[in-house]
Amino acid sequence: MAKYLLLKHYRRGGPEWVPGTDVPMDQWSPEEITEHIDYMRRFAEKLTESGEFVGEGALSPEGTFVRYDGEGRPPVTDGPFAETKDLIAGWMIIDVESQERAYEAAAELSAAPGVGGKPIYEWLEVRPFLGEDLTISE
Amino acid sequence: MDHDAVTDRMRTLAPQVLGVLVRRGADFATAEDAVQEALIEAVRHWPEDPPDDPKAWLLRVAGRKLIDAQRSEAARRRREERVHDEPPPGPTEQADDTLLLLSRCCHPALSPASAIALTLRAVGGLTTAQIARAFLVPEATMAQRISRAKRTITGERFDRPGEVRAVLHVLYLMFNEGFTGEISLADEAIRLTRQLTVASTTRPEGADPEIAGLLALMLLHHARRAARYTASGELVPLDEQDRSLWDTAMIAEGVDVLQTALSRDRLGEYQVQAAIAALHDDAPTADETDWPQILEWYDELTKLTDSPVVALNRAVAVGQVDGPRAGLAALADVDPGLSRWDAVAAHLHERADDVDRAVEHYTAAADRATSSAERTHLIKQVARLRAGR
Repeated sequence: MAKYLLLKHYRRGGPEWVPGTDVPMDQWSPEEITEHIDYMRRFAEKLTESGEFVGEGALSPEGTFVRYDGEGRPPVTDGPFAETKDLIAGWMIIDVESQERAYEAAAELSAAPGVGGKPIYEWLEVRPFLGEDLTISE
Repeated sequence: MDHDAVTDRMRTLAPQVLGVLVRRGADFATAEDAVQEALIEAVRHWPEDPPDDPKAWLLRVAGRKLIDAQRSEAARRRREERVHDEPPPGPTEQADDTLLLLSRCCHPALSPASAIALTLRAVGGLTTAQIARAFLVPEATMAQRISRAKRTITGERFDRPGEVRAVLHVLYLMFNEGFTGEISLADEAIRLTRQLTVASTTRPEGADPEIAGLLALMLLHHARRAARYTASGELVPLDEQDRSLWDTAMIAEGVDVLQTALSRDRLGEYQVQAAIAALHDDAPTADETDWPQILEWYDELTKLTDSPVVALNRAVAVGQVDGPRAGLAALADVDPGLSRWDAVAAHLHERADDVDRAVEHYTAAADRATSSAERTHLIKQVARLRAGR
């Protein structure tokens, strides 16, 4: 078993989107939004039942870069609304048998319905956690 | 006694025993350790050999553990004798113990999150693991937070009557955290406020009606909880809620508690907020809400507090009573930095038929939402307005 982090990104950065699927959520219909949220909830429930769910969270679009600025000085920040950094909308951690299973789960999440009930083909970043030997299967 | 019965019993008794030890002058952190050790003994012995008087048993064992701990430090010998010589508590002092314990746990030197955690542990009798799950943090994190909190209040005094306000504030924050899971912080907050209500009636200066005000406010809000979210976890605003899902017994109790508090004629913030909640709960449909009276209560509340959140909510009420333009005028005086400011502006612009401005503000509000349920709800408002255009 190994843990993987699935990262959802806001629609900037990352690879090209499938044409026609890059519609921001506020341009969907209310029903399409409900169906999308419902799909993700059912997905999390299914992973909980299979014992693969570890945790999830949504993140605010506002993030700040912070660094040390020397002894006795307050931290330096880049201001609250930097435009250039990669924004992460939310995350989910799963604990699965294999990398194949992690990709399969990510693909299923990526198929959440959007406009017209069709999959949004969302790009998800899948990152294994270090500290576990991924080559030995149990 | 089976295991569950033992656990239940211990959960009720532990805070009481802790309260007695603290009142007898024991240091908070040491007393808590002593009670924990006594509980371990109880788990070991009660299932086979249940005591006749579990509380006395715990008190005796915890007292002994406390003395053991104190004996090991020669410098504390004098206090040990004082603890030992103290007569056993009478029945009325029990109430004061709850209040005293709550006061310690809600000390202003603690951050709200720490105060809530410590209160749940020491007064609510929850385990660190349960509290950690309620806050969605690892148990080790919560254990650290609680022991830091205990260190912070070591030696601090906090038992003057006026300080009941700080206790109420912490209980209100706990209620608003509200996470549900194995334990619901909202339910715990109501339980503890009930305990405080009972405890405070025995005080010589009489109960502060604000305690009842807070209890009423919690009940009147909590009564709507079943209608507040859809099955998929989406937020349902008050005016769209299925009112048949509201808990009418809880509403009746809330109104009752509130009326008794109001009759004491010492108005305070919580009583006024409860009155507003009662008016919402009282309306058979959203359209029948008595907004003029709600606005009057908001004016009252404005006199009691200069909170910008109150000013923001008052703008909503003005919008309902005098129309959206008047609401927007009232909103103009409120700090736009507040997180819900854009949501209110959007609502008022929509009612004034200015769809473009409403979309703009709903979008901004979604970006500033503090929970994902709220964000989804606001994005749906944008979607709804765009679809209707």
